[in-house]
Amino acid sequence: MKFIELKNVNKVYKNGVTALADVSVSIEKGEFVFVIGLTASGKSTFIKTLYREEKPTSGTVMVGGLNVGKIRNGKVYKLRRKIGIVFQDFKLLPKLTVYENVAFALECVGMKDKEIRPKVMSALERVGLKDKVRSFPGELSGGEQQRVCIARAIVNRPKLLICDEPTGNLDPDTSKEIMKVIEGINKDLGTTIIMATHDRDIVNRMKKRVLLIEHGVLAGDYAKGSYKTHEGS
Amino acid sequence: MRAVRIFVRSIRDAFKSVLRNFSLSFASIMCTTITLILVSVALICAVNIENATKSIEDELSIVVYLDGEVTEEQINNIRADIDSQDNVAEVTFKSKTEWKEEMSDYDDTFETVLNYLDENPLMDSFIVRVEDVNHLSDTAEYIKSISGVDTVKYGEGMVDNIISAFNVVEKIVIVIVIALILVTAFLISNTIKLTIFSRRSAIEIMRLVGASNIAIKLPFIFEGFIIGVIGSIIPICITIYGYVILYGALNGHVFSNMIVLIEPYNFVFWVSLVLVVLGAVVGMLGSLKAVRKYLKI
Repeated sequence: MKFIELKNVNKVYKNGVTALADVSVSIEKGEFVFVIGLTASGKSTFIKTLYREEKPTSGTVMVGGLNVGKIRNGKVYKLRRKIGIVFQDFKLLPKLTVYENVAFALECVGMKDKEIRPKVMSALERVGLKDKVRSFPGELSGGEQQRVCIARAIVNRPKLLICDEPTGNLDPDTSKEIMKVIEGINKDLGTTIIMATHDRDIVNRMKKRVLLIEHGVLAGDYAKGSYKTHEGS
Repeated sequence: MRAVRIFVRSIRDAFKSVLRNFSLSFASIMCTTITLILVSVALICAVNIENATKSIEDELSIVVYLDGEVTEEQINNIRADIDSQDNVAEVTFKSKTEWKEEMSDYDDTFETVLNYLDENPLMDSFIVRVEDVNHLSDTAEYIKSISGVDTVKYGEGMVDNIISAFNVVEKIVIVIVIALILVTAFLISNTIKLTIFSRRSAIEIMRLVGASNIAIKLPFIFEGFIIGVIGSIIPICITIYGYVILYGALNGHVFSNMIVLIEPYNFVFWVSLVLVVLGAVVGMLGSLKAVRKYLKI
């Protein structure tokens, strides 16, 4: 069985807007996939159905053997513990330090402090923020905050890392560094990565598999390196 | 073990977040403090009014005067008859000699007049205390019908008026206390709701990193608990010191010797206990209600 499998997924919002129309796609374990498309193309909805922020109206979404659409609200945390999520707006807790923000993901699972410490430190080391442990998010630059967010997403070693426009708020140089970190996670840890973006430079340069979503339809599925900018986005 | 760790961490996080969001916590604490002071005042008034009502009601009794020529045997029969009534709590016999002595002690003129007469003109009597003053007049009416009974005195219309006035006052006070407690609950939970509203992004993040609903709720519940308990400190001090000082200043009674205040100890401790429990419970329920709103349950 594939790691991620969407079958005939439709999503119609309450206001009648169709965000996804009959999307079927499968992704292997360890793949690195870009999801591109214009604003309001359904790209965000696609990403959100993967971590059960949105339920599909019809069709099935399977992630790591879990039928995501069938998970009840009270049990969503079981899925969230298996995946890491990185956001455009970082979503860090401003009143917690860098260390506490990353440790938080393990604490709420009920892990022992002794086990938490090395895991948090190794995650922060991977993103290159070992010396900012005691800083608060407000004292960090955008790129650094995004690294904290990545560290939090990978600290429990998820099989899947979902990135929703992680470089949307960052300048090109910082974006490159962030992409290096994400690529490193894919290569070293074998984590499957699904990343929504509209940064053409990144997509062109990295030559990964690309899913193009237009008006809620999967308009193109380009294998590694076969995607060219002029075809869309 | 896992559950215990989450529980302990929730307590730690609650303290942390009370301190780190101090301005908002302070607002909640002050709100709790002010409303609990009101509750304390209302509660002390209510219990004292209730107590005064009870003690005045206890004083109400029926005086039964017997015919001049009743025999010893008749007196015993009448006593047994009165005693057999459900509403009768206590029957005390007071002979005409006792009345004479009491009246003589009270006033010299009475003594002269009573001694001037050959025969004691007073009547033997019973003093009857009742269980329920609301049925005082019914019991009095019954006693009046017993043969050998001359007259029955119980303040008639006046007593009925006092009793119904007390009942009304009692009901009003109970309504005020309940209303105040509800207002407190509403105010505290609303303030805490505002506090939590400012942290709805935190709740969202907790959900995203895989915190279970209970793990998200617990720190907020403890936070409400802490705010409620801290908020009850000042009201408790005011209750204890204020009431003890007030009791001392008034010598333990208000207006007349009729209305006696409740002894400060252990009364103030009971009121304090009510305040701290009320603060804590309302704090917890308030924050629980507020968190639920953001949990999509």
